[in-house]
Amino acid sequence: MNGPATGGPGRATGVVPEAAGAAGTTAGTASGTTEDAALALGDDALVLSHRLAEWAGHAPALEEEVALANLALDLLGQARTLLTMVGDEDRLAFCRQERAFRNVQLVEQPNGDFAHTIARQLYFSTYQELLWEQLAAGDGPFAPLAAKAGPETAYHRDHAVTWTLRLGDGTRLSRERMQRAVDALWRYTGELTRPVAGLAGVDWAALAAGWAERVGATLRAATLTVPEAPARAVWSAGGGRQGIHTEPFGRLLAEMQHLHRSHPGARW
Amino acid sequence: MHEGVYREFEETIAAGERIEPRDAMPPEYRATLIRQIAQHAHSEIIGMQPEANWITRAPSLRRKAILIAKVQDEAGHGLYLYGAAETLGARRDELLDRLHAGRQKYSSIFNYPTLTWADVGAIGWLVDGAAIVNQVPLCRCSYGPYARAMTRICKEESFHQRQGYELLLALSHGTEEQHEMAQDAVNRWWWPSLMMFGPPDGESPRTERSMAWKIKRHTNDELRQRFVDIVVPQAASLGLTLPDPLLRWNEERGHHDFGPIDWAEFHAVLRGEGPCNAQRLGQRRRAHEEGAWVREAAAAYAARHAARPAGRAA
Amino acid sequence: MSGAADVPGGADRVPGGTDWPLWEVFVRPRRGLAHTHAGSLHAPDAELALRNARDLYTRRGEGVSIWVVPATEILASSPEERDPFFAPAADKPYRHPTFYEVPEGVRSL
Repeated sequence: MNGPATGGPGRATGVVPEAAGAAGTTAGTASGTTEDAALALGDDALVLSHRLAEWAGHAPALEEEVALANLALDLLGQARTLLTMVGDEDRLAFCRQERAFRNVQLVEQPNGDFAHTIARQLYFSTYQELLWEQLAAGDGPFAPLAAKAGPETAYHRDHAVTWTLRLGDGTRLSRERMQRAVDALWRYTGELTRPVAGLAGVDWAALAAGWAERVGATLRAATLTVPEAPARAVWSAGGGRQGIHTEPFGRLLAEMQHLHRSHPGARW
Repeated sequence: MHEGVYREFEETIAAGERIEPRDAMPPEYRATLIRQIAQHAHSEIIGMQPEANWITRAPSLRRKAILIAKVQDEAGHGLYLYGAAETLGARRDELLDRLHAGRQKYSSIFNYPTLTWADVGAIGWLVDGAAIVNQVPLCRCSYGPYARAMTRICKEESFHQRQGYELLLALSHGTEEQHEMAQDAVNRWWWPSLMMFGPPDGESPRTERSMAWKIKRHTNDELRQRFVDIVVPQAASLGLTLPDPLLRWNEERGHHDFGPIDWAEFHAVLRGEGPCNAQRLGQRRRAHEEGAWVREAAAAYAARHAARPAGRAA
Repeated sequence: MSGAADVPGGADRVPGGTDWPLWEVFVRPRRGLAHTHAGSLHAPDAELALRNARDLYTRRGEGVSIWVVPATEILASSPEERDPFFAPAADKPYRHPTFYEVPEGVRSL
């Protein structure tokens, strides 16, 4: 139960995850530990899974209820594996403060309309697919997970591409909405290809190039315009990986953590 | 059509064999099935809402995964059932239109609110428990596609009731607050669960015919009694009580006696006066309307890219 | 066989509905077994039909391969289930091994 990274009383600000605490420090890279990396990747999956699960009962077609839930479940499974590498999964998910979360800002963005959800899926699943490809090819601590998650993520990307094509090249209205979503979320994509502390054996330049190529090809095939705006927000006091999030994230956590925190020490 | 066209139908039923979609069948048999299967499908789809209400607040990641999977199953089961209704010539969009217009019902149980996390457990244990008692005989229903859909659904739902029981067990043996939460949920869901079996036999006009056609295998009261007998010992094992002072074992009957059900409440909820009728239907309509542009986009794309070379089956 | 049986008379379906078209789904449960009819679903095109079928009918690992067929493309041998097509076969019990008497104790036959 005494998992690390909970921003407990020892840390008045509750900001910095003590990821390397009880679980023991591992080598990682120069700038972080394996636990730091597991936390970052785990938070990505946890938060995106949460957003996708918000669709339950609201999806645009009954068939999509099933599809979106599958994505959410896959990601939740990945999150649980990753967070367990760091400590107690529930303490990490439910007892950390907003500033202690290490997910990229993209995944915390609200669902918006279905186009926004699909654009977010396209951007994130392409990143994750490339990342798992590289990690699965290595022999680092994430190789087993990457090998298992790879096929899942390939399907997530397939789902996103399938819908990007249909919305982009569908009706005039859907094209407008898809383009708007692609543009609106573009500013959160720069963060995806920045090195993750503690994650060894990733060629980030290759990942960034692969991402631009795959996303660009999909958008063009969907008759959409690839945004030319900067892929990062102007104000950059950091980003999700440094615990700087966007306003909607606090509300997400408030909802997600409320019940668990209302009953300290309870078992569920 | 000619003489004796329904004789074969009657003979098939009498022989305990299945009716298949393109068999000649009395129009009333077809209409009864479409109505029943559609209501069943609607119940699965509307039934997603009270539980989905707690997905984003599930108190552990394990519980969250279970709940997402369960609500997903309900969507899937709705789809199986709409598929079964479509084999009778009904169209899904028309059935959904009827639901959205309030012209076709769904199970009244879903018009009650899920106020606490324990309600997720109570729904799994009591509501799914009642549904299973109702559904198991439907696996032998005389209409083939419905029976096959129900077989698949029953198989998949076997975890639904169990997870609810387990959830309540954890709460019942947890902190005092958790125990209270569990008892409160059971208190609220008990009577509506008993109502799920429908009005008493004397007031269930269609039961007799449905039984003759082997769509239904047992009367409402028989199934209700079976449910009570199953659940009473389970409640004891949970350390929870059922809110009925008249509930007791009747040695003579070999069944539990239970108190009178408030049928006025049942009929009021059925009429649309339940706590959540408007909310549930409103959300369903909104999802359908707000999704229209997505469905239209996919149809437009398909029309433009028709005759694509997909992987050929071999 | 049950596939064609479950097609709700594709040709009878009123065109112009707002829903996506209906597809019949066939799943191969595991290698070595044939695809069998699992049910139906709606999808705007073949690609989404395959994806929807994967999500709907193989959530629990029930299959290793899926076929989807537009419901309107399935031809049934006759409009009724009691099919004169198959009546002659019922008359030829000699096609079945149980037709023949074999003395007790004879094996591998």
